[in-house]
Parts: sequence; structure tokens; C-alpha cells
Amino acid sequence: MSTATEGPQLGSGSVFGRAILYAVLIVFAVYYLLPLVIMLLNSVKPLDEIRSGNLIAPPQHWTLQPWLSAWSEAQVGVQATGLKPYFVNSFLMVIPAVTISMVLGAINGYVLTKYRFKGDSIVFGLILFSCFIPFQIVLIPMAKVLGTLGIAGTVPGLVLVHVVYGLGFTTLFFRNYYAAFPTELIRSAQVDGAGFFRIFWRILLPSSGPIIVVTIIWQFTNIWNDFLFGASFSDFDSQPMTVALNNLVSSSTGVKEYNVHFAGAVLAALPTLVVYIVSGRYFVRGLMAGAVKG
Amino acid sequence: MAFLEIDGLYKSFGQTDVLKGIDLVVEEGDFLVLVGPSGCGKSTLLNTIAGLESVTKGEIRIAGERVNELKPSERDIAMVFQSYALYPNMSVAKNLAFGLEMRGVPKDERDRAIQEVAEMLQIEKLLNRRPGQLSGGQRQRVAMGRALVRKPQVFLFDEPLSNLDAKLRVDMRMEIKRLHATLGTTIVYVTHDQIEAMTLASTIAILKDGVLQQFGSPEDVYNNPSNLFVADFMGSPAMNLVPAEVQKQDGAIGVALKQRSNGALFLPVREGVADQLGDWVGRTITFGIRPEAVTDPDAADQKEGQLVEATCRAEMVEPTGADTYVVTHLGGKEFTARLRANSPIEEDGHVKLAFNMTRSVFFDPQDGTRIA
Repeated sequence: MSTATEGPQLGSGSVFGRAILYAVLIVFAVYYLLPLVIMLLNSVKPLDEIRSGNLIAPPQHWTLQPWLSAWSEAQVGVQATGLKPYFVNSFLMVIPAVTISMVLGAINGYVLTKYRFKGDSIVFGLILFSCFIPFQIVLIPMAKVLGTLGIAGTVPGLVLVHVVYGLGFTTLFFRNYYAAFPTELIRSAQVDGAGFFRIFWRILLPSSGPIIVVTIIWQFTNIWNDFLFGASFSDFDSQPMTVALNNLVSSSTGVKEYNVHFAGAVLAALPTLVVYIVSGRYFVRGLMAGAVKG
Repeated sequence: MAFLEIDGLYKSFGQTDVLKGIDLVVEEGDFLVLVGPSGCGKSTLLNTIAGLESVTKGEIRIAGERVNELKPSERDIAMVFQSYALYPNMSVAKNLAFGLEMRGVPKDERDRAIQEVAEMLQIEKLLNRRPGQLSGGQRQRVAMGRALVRKPQVFLFDEPLSNLDAKLRVDMRMEIKRLHATLGTTIVYVTHDQIEAMTLASTIAILKDGVLQQFGSPEDVYNNPSNLFVADFMGSPAMNLVPAEVQKQDGAIGVALKQRSNGALFLPVREGVADQLGDWVGRTITFGIRPEAVTDPDAADQKEGQLVEATCRAEMVEPTGADTYVVTHLGGKEFTARLRANSPIEEDGHVKLAFNMTRSVFFDPQDGTRIA
């Protein structure tokens, strides 16, 4: 039988092919993981081991002191507070910024797809345009706006900046997602007697899981990792994690505690990693769902 | 009293006029079917009644009250959508309850209403399921239940059966008819399927290009079409509509249908019609007769009207089991006759047909208007 004779040949060929495939994949995985591994290894080494040995060697004496130091003792800026207060600042900034930009983006998407009005595509085009404006261009106008509003150098000020900047993306996500959402459902709810917000809350939002996850990951990662706005619009007591990390690393006083810097950097990256691991599998699914139609 | 009145209704989307002056009057308890080819404006008309589309000009009244400015929820209507439009995130019970909840009906009353409707539609076992877990027919039932539970003044159906398979469609058709008989609520129903229209309606409105073509009972629309479009659109197989010359032979007025071989077949018309066709002698008109009015002489209704017998050549024979359709060639077109099963067809392919001229209609071939 033809299948019987062809089968093994194909099989041996595919074993060889697979071996190469896996080898390539492993090489790339190692290549990408290496920086993280080195950071983790060096964050649990005493400082003199880093100074004397090479970076890749595993630690001879394991210690968690650099982590504790980075968290609550290290000199950041003027005071020796560690990264802890800035970590809190980042959360105080990220959570409202993500929530508000997401809710506004969802309402925008809802209106742009289900309550069409004259010129709605122009409005959408303009909102979309904001996705392509480079950060640097808005710095000075934004500083002026924050100053006028009296929230310059505060966490609410940073929240406002990130909401404004994120709105283009969240609107884009939700508009494309809702474009595929059947309009008859909205009409049915209208006949049933539900109003604008009731339909949004009861019909649309419960079906928006995937796109909410996409938006959270996107916005959280962007806002958490932002450095430029944080550096430009914050004071010492409202600095986010990224700016504090920079201050820690580029601090000019005393010895450079590389192990503490490594620990701090991992700490700074941790929340985005957690968000991605927890909801990552929805990410691709949600992006696809939005991409099919719209 | 007229219950649903539509008065000179116009609807335009930008430059395009979708509805061009629709006038309709529906009595309470009527079953109005809006039928027409796709793009004729029937769904738009339904949406304006529902309040989902605004009106450009004209007035809609429900129970004597002008509803143009009312929101869909204030018109006391319920609608069944083509896609069913069940809320995917809610259970069947919640779907049924949603409209009542929005109207502030207390919980125990809602539950009672849901139970009642679920029993009526035999969906009690489905109440805790999500729409995604239901079959097409079950979704259809739930969609109807959602409309029923509110006990509105008017039900609006937007092609509700078009997503079902053929057998289920027939079942649900009967179900809708039974529901209407039980509840007696006024229904406006949109479909493109003329059989659905014939079986369900107490009144049919046929639309084409945003203009109402005919408005009347199914019998009226079927037997007495007001123009060529209606005659062609209603009925399956379609009415034979062929060009024929009006002639006067031996003092009798009739139509001559060109045959493939030996000249023309002369069919004298009935008396009343003869007067109206007088002006058309020597000119060509469009002659229409339904396949079931052209049959084998033995099966012809001897009591009714004026039968004219003629022999034609059967070019094609289509036995369907119950009937046999014979396709012949008259007036330069295919011409279908409906015979009994096992009707005798001669060896050489000739068949004797009886034309029931009482049921014939005549149209102006230029603009399609009815002459007689």
C-alpha cells in the first residue's frame, strides 16, 4: 500500500526537520531569555562578586539583600526610600488611567458604530490620527494645559496625560470590535426599552471581554513603561517607577550597586509581566476578533 | 376602527427615496404581510413602524395616536428580528425578562409572565440556557417569546423564518399562524417569500421600489392582481404571462396566442371582459392565466365559467407526484399547465388543455397596468 511505504519515509524526514526546527527555536529562546537570566542572577549576588567575577557566572553566595535594598532602602534621588513609594505612584497612575481611557474608548466605539451620525467617519479619522502623534510634540502644550488646570507635577496630572494619549488606541480597539457586533441586538434592546447607557452596560460590555483584555494589556504596558511623560510632568513625590529607576541607576553618589540596579529593573518590569501572563492568552484572541471586521 | 394607519409615508436616505408615499390601513387583529423583492423597502417600512428609522414625510398612527415622534419603547410594539437578536450574555429567562425589567415590572410578575410564555411556546426546559446553546428553531421560539411576554399592541416580524431550514420553516409558519389565532394581536410581518405571505396573511401589501403595488386579501391579490408585477410575483409556479393579439372572430372578441407550428390559438374572452378589450382589437396585450386554470378537460371545473379547449404540444412534462406540469409554447414563451397526475398525453406529445377563461387577466404590455 502506498500509504504504508510512504509513511515511514515521510516520518524520518520530518524527524530531521523537526530537530532543526527545535534547535533554531531553542537558540532563539535562549537568546531572548539570556538578558533576563543575567539580570536575575546578578540581582541575587553580593556586589563584590559582580565586581571580581564575570556577569554570567552563577552566584557563589545567594543573597536577597539587593532586592530588599532596591525595594525600600536604596538612595533614589535625595532620599533613601527605595523604589517602594514610586511603585505605589505608578499604580496610582496606571489604574485610573487605564480604567478611564478604556471606558471612554468603549463609549466612543459604541457611538461610532451604533449611533452613526453625519461625519462620524471624520471624527473617527481624527481620533485615529492621535495614535500617530509623537510624544515629544505634545510635551509643551501639555505642560501648559497641566499648569492651567493646576495639576502639574501631580499623579492626577499624569493620569490625564495618559488618558488623553491612550484614547486614540482604546477608541480604535473598541470601534473595530463593536463594528462586528450585530446592530439588531441594539435595536432589539431599544424596542425592549433600554436607553443609551443601559444598552452599553447590559448588552455591549458583557460581550466585550476579549477587547477589554487587549485594551488593559496594551494600556497598562504602555503607561507603566512610559518614561518621557513621567520624567516631564512629575515632581519628586509623584514620580512613576520608570523615572525612579533611572534616578536609582544614574545616582552619582557612592558606589554603583549593580546588584541593586538589576533587582530594581526586574521589579519595575514585574507588573507588566504579571498582567501579560495572567491575561496573555486572551490577547491574541482579542486582537484577532477585532481584526476580522471593521 | 382602523388600528394601524400609515398615511403618505416617505423615507429617504440622503438622495435615495426608499419609500414613496405608502398608505396602509390595518384593522385590529389583522395579520398584515409586507412582501416584495429585496430592496423594495419592506424592511424599512417595518422599521419606521417600529420607530427604529425616522420618517421623512407622512404619519404613522397606532390606535389613533400619532407615533412619529415616539421612541420604539414608547410605541407598545414588540419586534422579532431576522437574526433573532437574542442577548448572547443572558440566559433565555433573562432574555425574556429584559423588556419587562426595563419597564419596571416587579420580579414576581415577570417570573409569572415568563412561565406563561415558556409554556405556550414549549421552551420551559431551555430557560436556563444561553442563546449559544440553542438550535435555530429554539432561538426562533425564544425570540418570539421575548416579543410575546410583553403583550404589546402590535407585533412586528422581520423575515423571522428566513434563517431556518425548509421543514422547520413550515412548522414555525403554522406555529405563528396558531399564535395569531389564539392571541388575536395585530401583526405586521415582512417576508420576501410569497408562499409565506399567502399562508399567513389576512391582508397582503406588495411593495416594489418603495411603492405599494397592491393591498388586499390573499385571495384578492392572487386572483385579481392589480398589475403585471403583482401577477408575476405572487404564485408558484408563476402565472403564465404571454403576449397575445386581441382579435375579433365571428363576432366574438378573444386573444390569439402564437403557437410554434400552426398559426395562432384563439381564445374567446368572457363577456364582461370583451367590452373592456374592445379598444384593443388588433393590438398586442399581455395575457395572464395561472397554471392551475389551464388543465386537462376532465379535471377542469365545469361549473365555473367559460372553458375553452385546445390541443397543444407538450414540450416538457414535469410530474411532481400530486400534479403533472406540462410546459408548452404559446405566444412565443414557455406556458405552463397544471394537469392531474397520470393525465393522458398522446404519443406524439400533444395534449388537450382546457383554458378557464374566467380566471384570465389582461395587462397593458407597456406600463403593466391591468386592463381587465
